[in-house]
Formats: sequence, C-alpha cells, structure tokens
Amino acid sequence: MNEVPIEAFTTEDGRQIGGVLMEMRHITLRFGGVTAIQDISFDIREGEVRAIIGPNGAGKSSMLNVINGFYHPQEGEIWFRGEKRPTMKPYDVAKQGIARTFQNIALFKGMSTLDNIMTGRNTMMKAGLFSQALWWGKAEQEEMWHREQVEKVIDFLEIQHIRKTPVGKLPYGLQKRVELGRALAAEPKLLLLDEPMAGMNVEEKEDMSRFILDVNDEFGTTIALIEHDMGVVMDISDRVVVMDYGKKIGDGTPDEVRNNPDVIDAYLGVAHD
Amino acid sequence: MLYRTSGQFKTTYRSDQALFPIRQDAILLGLILIFAWAILPFTASEFAFQTLLIPVLIYALAATGLNILTGYAGQLSLGTGAFMGVGAYACYKMITIFPEMNLLVAVLASGLFSAAVGVMFGLPSLRIKGFYLAIATLAAQFFLIWLFEKWAWLYNYNASGAIQVPNVEIFGVHFAGPLATSQAQYYFVLVVVTLLTLVAINLTRGNLGRSWKAVRDMDIAAELIGINLLKAKLTAFAVSSYIVGVAGALFVFSWRGAAEPNLFDIELSFRVLFIAIIGGLGSILGNWLGAILIVALPVVLNTVPEVFGLDIKSATVEHINVMIVGALIVFFLIVEPHGLARLWALIREKLIHWPFPY
Repeated sequence: MNEVPIEAFTTEDGRQIGGVLMEMRHITLRFGGVTAIQDISFDIREGEVRAIIGPNGAGKSSMLNVINGFYHPQEGEIWFRGEKRPTMKPYDVAKQGIARTFQNIALFKGMSTLDNIMTGRNTMMKAGLFSQALWWGKAEQEEMWHREQVEKVIDFLEIQHIRKTPVGKLPYGLQKRVELGRALAAEPKLLLLDEPMAGMNVEEKEDMSRFILDVNDEFGTTIALIEHDMGVVMDISDRVVVMDYGKKIGDGTPDEVRNNPDVIDAYLGVAHD
Repeated sequence: MLYRTSGQFKTTYRSDQALFPIRQDAILLGLILIFAWAILPFTASEFAFQTLLIPVLIYALAATGLNILTGYAGQLSLGTGAFMGVGAYACYKMITIFPEMNLLVAVLASGLFSAAVGVMFGLPSLRIKGFYLAIATLAAQFFLIWLFEKWAWLYNYNASGAIQVPNVEIFGVHFAGPLATSQAQYYFVLVVVTLLTLVAINLTRGNLGRSWKAVRDMDIAAELIGINLLKAKLTAFAVSSYIVGVAGALFVFSWRGAAEPNLFDIELSFRVLFIAIIGGLGSILGNWLGAILIVALPVVLNTVPEVFGLDIKSATVEHINVMIVGALIVFFLIVEPHGLARLWALIREKLIHWPFPY
C-alpha cells in the first residue's frame, strides 16, 4: 500500500507540521466478546498535537495502550515512521521513542523526583553490571551526563525545589508534572498523554497546557493526548479524533469536529422523534 | 548542630551524587570504619569475635543480598537459607577439589553458583507475584536442603553427612579451618563484606537499582517506559543470590567451621528476612542495624542478668529472646514498616535542624 506523501506545512502560529509519523490502519481490539476498538484508522503527523476524545468507555485509553504495545490488536496494522511495526513488547516500543503518562498517576512512589525522571532515561543507559557495581568509568560518566539532561527537564518543568523529595509526598498537580518529566526525559518522538489534566483546578490546567504547548513548540515533540476538558482540547490541539463505543465518529480540526453532527449526538444525545 | 548541612554547597553534579554528599555522614562512616578495621580487631575478646563481630558482618551481608531482592526489587523470597547453602557447598567443593585455590577467589566464585541457582528459581517471578512467588522460593528452600542431604558428592561422601572446613592459608596465614585465629577470620570477612556492601550501594543507586525500584513500585509503568521486566527481575535474583551465596560461604568457612544441611533450614531464611524487615526494607544501612540487633540481643539478654546477679536459666533466656524478637517484628510492621533505617533517617533529619524546630 503506497500512501501519497502528505506535504509538510506550517501552522498559523508558525509550527512545522511534517509527514505522517504514526498511522493506525483498521485497528480492531477485542477482549473476549467485548469489542473495545472497532476498525479505527487515523494518523498522527510529525509535530502536531493530536487529541483523542470521546465519552467514557469509548476505547481511548485502549487505543493508547495499543500504540504503546501493551495491548495487541486482533486486526489492523500500526505504521511508525514509514515502517509497519511488528508485534512488540512495550519496552521495545519505548525504545523506539514513544513515551507516555498515565490516567492514574503511575510514578514510582518510593523514589525521589530526580530518580523518577532519571528512570525515564533508562533506555539510553548502556553501562554494564561491573561498571555500575564499581561506580567507575562508563557508569559514572553516564550517570553524570544523564543527570545533566534530567536537570534540563527539571528546569523546564520548574520543579527544582522538589528534586530530592520522594514523589509519594507531593501534591497531585506536581505528581502529574513529574510524570510528564519522566516521559520527557526519554526524549520521545511521540508523547502520549492520558488525561494530563484530570482532577486539576483551572490554574493547574493552565500550567499543564502551557507545558504541553511548550514541549511541542521547543522540542518539536509530536503529542497525542486524551482529554475530557473540551475547552482545553479545542484550544491546544491541531486535529481531533472522536471515538464512541469503540468506533471513530469524527476526525479533523477542532472546528470541523465541533460542528460534526455525529459528535454532537454522541456528547449531547440524539433527539428521538 | 553537629549535623548542620548549611554551607555545604554543591557546584557539580558529581559532588551532588557522591557516595556521601553530606560531610557529617562521611565523617561518621569514616570513624566506624576506623573502629572496625583498626580498633576492634585488637581489643575484642575471642568471645566477642565469635558471638558478635563475625556473625554481625555475615548476617548483615546476607540481609543485604535479600534486601536487594525483596526491598529493592519487591520480590519476596523465603529461600535465603538454601541459597546461602549453595554458596557454602560450592565453596567447600572448590576448596576440596583445588586445595591450592585462594580462599578469597573461592568465596567470591561460590557466589556465582548461588546466582545461577537463584536465577533458575527466579524465572517464575515474571508470571507470579507476592505470596505465590514466596511459595515458589519456598520450594527452592526445601528442594535444595533435600539435595544437600541426598547428594553425597556434595559433602565428599563423609559418613556424618556434614562438611568440615579444611585448613586454608593465604600467604602463610590461616584464614579458615581449625587453625585459623578469630582475628584472621574477622579480617577476611571484613574485607569481603566491605567490598560487597560497596557494590550493593553502587548498584542500588545506579541505573540498575532504579529499574529494580521501578519494578517494585509500579511494574506496568516500568515496562511502558522501557524496562524489560524479566531482565530487571532476573538481575535482581542474580545479584541478590550472589551476595547471599558469598554470605553462605563465609558463614561456614569463616564462622561455623562445619555445617550440616539443616543449618541452612527455613529458620535461617526467616532469621535473615527478620533482619531485613527490622532493619528496613529498601535500605543498605538497615541490614546492619537489623543484624546488630538480632545478633546482639541474645548476648545482651545472657549477660545483663548476670551483671545484676540474677540467676536466669539459659533456656529461659532463649525463650525471652524469641519473644522479644517476635514482639519487635510485630512492632516494626505496625509502627515503622521501614524499620530501624527509617528511625535513623528521622533522627538525622532532626539533627540537621537541631536546635531549631525547622
């Protein structure tokens, strides 16, 4: 199947949107008799902020888990950077440059902020057991180099003051930010955010939106996010996929999606007459 | 006031990530090391060597090994005693097959055997967790003890079924066997334990240690950010069993002098587990505090009544010891699940601010 390459363009606010980074083709995912995702296709283009929205139970998180390699769809193909991706273990997917945050915070509670973010860089650390055991040579150099990179992430997210604090003690909003930091530390090509603003107050949501846009702007990271706050979604995303009961019911720019009758039906209900 | 950290500024990440970024910690440890290396060996009595110093070192090392698996990687194991046995029997076989072998090399190599056995019994850990994994390691415990009893080759077909440590010398000094002095045994154990403790500290603060802790705290997230769970768990089993195996070799060669299979019984596994729990899971320091407590408690209980002129039967002392240890474990599980190490951390935090409230 040869796709016509989609040309790169520049958005109104001057960001470069490139070709297709990831493409989902006819994905179907079943759990026993339940079909969580049914024949969904969409693409994610380089440099864009792509939102996945839908009512509860629409299959959004399952979709992220498919992208992540945590679930393996029964049908369909996943194309990443122009190549069809074979069935992969999640840790191999992570090595390809896909990082994510979780709906319910999944930080390593017993570790400090610094250690959590350092763990995000584990795929880049290559020092052997002996070097690590003696804290000598490669292991030490690596540790210093990655610490420097992690400090950049810490500066970026403005969490210098909680560097050495165990994350279990942090308030919710900061934990969300640390989790974003852990994903950013991996220097991902594609960043998946599962409800990054769930349970936040307006101020925290504004902060988080700013960080997401800054990440996209400064590092050119492609972002796919699930979010329920429509105001936020319409404001920060370039294109939106709408799912309902495992099916795709809409796809396009925020304005297109907002005026799509199927989407309005799914969210507001259909008038039976 | 003594522990004040203000004024100690870090200008490089290297100095911030040094082994002891706080100067007072380094000084305190230095004093303890001088004490352990230069003062204790020349002042301690034979009794102190055999009932306190050497066992504390060996138990602390065994608990360090278990702590890496249970405290850092979150995989519960009840087979510590048997893994110590593997190390001990491996060391015995190597020393009797190659009498010329350097004891230090033999002890360090014997850990490799227990590491291999540990990895083998760690394989189920990818599929099973918690209690179920504990049962799997319990199977290792019983199977290995059975093997030590039935496989006569392991104890060189001795009629007694026990292993006897032969005289081993390095550069003309006896370090193991009936001819070895307590002082020599102590120094030998101290060298090995110091080395492996340093290795344990380095591993737990590096990339491998972080991946262990990640698996312990949230295994799904760990996998999704790129940690191979099988690899992380198996390295934890390997490193843990290695250290435990070396502790087992020291246990027999540098302390007991002889061993029967039932020495490595489940009771030993539990003792090491108690040390790790009372000391503090997920802490290297805790193993030392726990080992000192568990080893010293019966000695203190034995000697204190004598000082006061009380006549308590040794059987009674034994009972009291068991009761106190049991009560302590319940106490720590309820009040301070992170053990003595956390208590020290709290005291240290207070000391840093003292005499100001914050």
